[in-house]
Amino acid sequence: MRFKAFFVVFVLSCVSWLSAASSGLDPASLLKPLSDDWPSYSGDYTGRRYSALKQIDQSNVKHLSLAWVSKLAGGAGAPNPNALPPPFGPPPTSVGGEGKGDVVVAGQTTIKGSILEVNDILYVTAPDNVWALDAHDGHELWHYFWKTKGGTHIGNRGAAMWGNYLFFVTPDDYFVSIDARTGKERWHKEAASFQQQYFLTSAPMTIGNHIIVGTGNDLDSPGYLTSYDPETGAQQWRFYTTPQNAGDPGLDTWKNLDAARHGGGHPWLPGVYDPEQHLYIFGTGNPTPAYTSQVRGEGDNLFTCAIVAVNVDTGKMQWYYQTSPHDTHDWDSAQTPILIDSDFRGSGPRRMVLTASRNGYYFTLDRVSGERLVTSKFSDTVNWAKPDLNPRGQPVRDPSKDHDIAGALVSSANGGATNWPPPAFSPDTGLFYVPLSESFAMYYLTETDERGAMGLGGKEEIGVGSLGNYIIAIDPKTGKTVWRHKFRSVGNTRGASGLLTTAGKLLFGGDVSGNFVAFDPANGNPLWHTQLGQVTNAPETFLVDGRQYVLVAAGDTLYAFTINN
Amino acid sequence: MGCDKKRSTRGARRILFLSAVSAVSALIVVDAQPPTPQGRGGGRGQITSPRNAYPDRPPADPAAVERGRALYSVNCAFCHGQDTRGGDSGPSLLRSGIVLDDQHGELMAPVIQNGRTDRGMPKFAMSTEQIADIAAFVHTFRAAGYDESRNKPPSILVGDAKAGEQFFNGKCASCHSPTSDLKGIATKISDEKILQQTWLMPGSGGGRGGGPVRPPAPTAVVTLPTGERVEGTIERLDDFTIALVTADGSHRSFRTDGTNIKVDVKDPLQQHRELLRSYTDKDIHNVTAFLVTLK
Repeated sequence: MRFKAFFVVFVLSCVSWLSAASSGLDPASLLKPLSDDWPSYSGDYTGRRYSALKQIDQSNVKHLSLAWVSKLAGGAGAPNPNALPPPFGPPPTSVGGEGKGDVVVAGQTTIKGSILEVNDILYVTAPDNVWALDAHDGHELWHYFWKTKGGTHIGNRGAAMWGNYLFFVTPDDYFVSIDARTGKERWHKEAASFQQQYFLTSAPMTIGNHIIVGTGNDLDSPGYLTSYDPETGAQQWRFYTTPQNAGDPGLDTWKNLDAARHGGGHPWLPGVYDPEQHLYIFGTGNPTPAYTSQVRGEGDNLFTCAIVAVNVDTGKMQWYYQTSPHDTHDWDSAQTPILIDSDFRGSGPRRMVLTASRNGYYFTLDRVSGERLVTSKFSDTVNWAKPDLNPRGQPVRDPSKDHDIAGALVSSANGGATNWPPPAFSPDTGLFYVPLSESFAMYYLTETDERGAMGLGGKEEIGVGSLGNYIIAIDPKTGKTVWRHKFRSVGNTRGASGLLTTAGKLLFGGDVSGNFVAFDPANGNPLWHTQLGQVTNAPETFLVDGRQYVLVAAGDTLYAFTINN
Repeated sequence: MGCDKKRSTRGARRILFLSAVSAVSALIVVDAQPPTPQGRGGGRGQITSPRNAYPDRPPADPAAVERGRALYSVNCAFCHGQDTRGGDSGPSLLRSGIVLDDQHGELMAPVIQNGRTDRGMPKFAMSTEQIADIAAFVHTFRAAGYDESRNKPPSILVGDAKAGEQFFNGKCASCHSPTSDLKGIATKISDEKILQQTWLMPGSGGGRGGGPVRPPAPTAVVTLPTGERVEGTIERLDDFTIALVTADGSHRSFRTDGTNIKVDVKDPLQQHRELLRSYTDKDIHNVTAFLVTLK
């Protein structure tokens, strides 16, 4: 390992590598466009998932082949099956956590988040688990396991890095820092109340001297971001996504303060960062109670289901734009947005933020002012809103499509037109790429107590069918869909994975049938594929020893591809 | 949320299809069983879904709960509701952060003893022992984000059977008949909600295992460049490959991309899928009202 690293010095620039190696990840390096490494959730702050790497391109992608496979084992027990034998193998798993070790989580380890790649080392997470792997061959360097008290173990979106420190969050609401060199815990902090049934899944974000963490919760508790000091874990600021006190902005959009204080709006995915304006821009989740909304009043329920910009140094909100006023279907707007800078319809250079919302509507916003520039419907089947947008360009909910005791036929099903799998944007094509699912479900109101149910309760949702799964390409200047690639399948399938696009004029993603595919970003035509089983995260790319790799997870296994000459 | 927040089909008990993109899909996949009463995580069981991810509170002394019930009933229920879910003048305690974080009244006591005069809550001159009893009672109510209902909802049968028959004759009768394939359907499927789901999309009837009707499988005819035709039920179909089981039970599979192989898929539910775009909810309720007459 050390020998290999030493060798790399000659291949790469000596000075920059040495300084990086001695101090781990310099937060300033996160400002660079995505290229050789993958040092943060989206690779860089723009959220575009567009890599400048182009060793792998349209001309040679047909030769893309397997470099290595690494199967991960969670828990305190067996090491990675790829681990080298003693005495070269990894140290024993480091175990932390506040649980007693008697809570068992069903299901296999599944990688549903971003994998950091920094200085030829990969940092991989699943709920309660973090691994470091050698990016040359996937062998395990260390493993950290967190003994849980419980909480919703739905997924973990990845780690953040600052210097030699890693940060990740747990389903039982801890913010944990570990030493990236050894996998030993530095400290952990309670980041939310377990008793209030919070659960944390998001990847923390490193921005300068801030590590930013968002919440999740399916009861009726408010969402918030917390900014922590990377050295000490001390709280720097906290931003609640719903009003918490008399006089807070947005309170008049709730029935009363009690409703707002239990209003949800969880920022459960990482945001993006505009360094010129010092703005952290992120999406917020659904209001709660999600379905029996009468206890929220008739208002918009700010700042749920919105794109929100906060000053990264103060945690103060700069602007917001709500993509689903008074949501009634648990359709978050938490999706990681994308930042682009380009001309907008001849009005000169403009700083924009793009998002395709779980509710089936796409938005282009001005990210200086929050002004809406474009709204479009990107799913043909979505039927929950009235035909016309309101003057602010927002969809207007049709209350008859909330739910009904006898059943309301609604598109989409709860999973939404899109969900957490990250979209991508290519400056080469100027197109925004996003997975799309078109589906219907019957929404039955089952709660007849006018006080409503809690959280996601009060309804029964029964799916009736899928009309197709797609990857689509949207022009941010018009909101129009430029192409749709419909996946050939029968029956009801899962949706497509998150996406990666590259300067090699490629668009990578997992289809709905277990294929990992390279598409032509100009038209969605498949150029290469391999069958791995359901892809469970968004693919990534980076250089190791000057050679480009593409990395993707399917369940508990990582697959790295390269051009094997 | 989508936790995987999270969050998909989160909260849906009967998921007939699952979206990987949904936040909670993986958990819902394994949520095939209701939570076991003793096992909601927290050191006593296995976490299989968001529904059992949080531990129950340890049972309190029944005598304390009874004392607390009496105190609550006299002092608290008028505003906060007999079931702690709130009333006309007081908020739900079931979702209160203070109550959720409270263990034995230690967080509730300052609020009860000092009141919240700015919000209309008076002070109560209670001892910490009395408040511990009230807390024991209040903590017997389980806070849960996925409860479908605590009361049996009214019947879903609200449609007009005559209008439903008309709709049926216009849109469904080319394939289905009340006197042949649908004869006695309401006897075979006596649950109205399952009947409604089943006619909307056979196989989506709800319940564990996909409902009472198993729809015919999609089939395909594959025409090879040689002119040979291979017909069978589809085992697998994606952008690159088709795999069939032919009438004699043998497996045939073909790579189709970049070839002249022609694939003609027959999805027996295609019409059901297409109709989803055009129904009004009233149409659906009417057709269900008509079908329940087919005893």
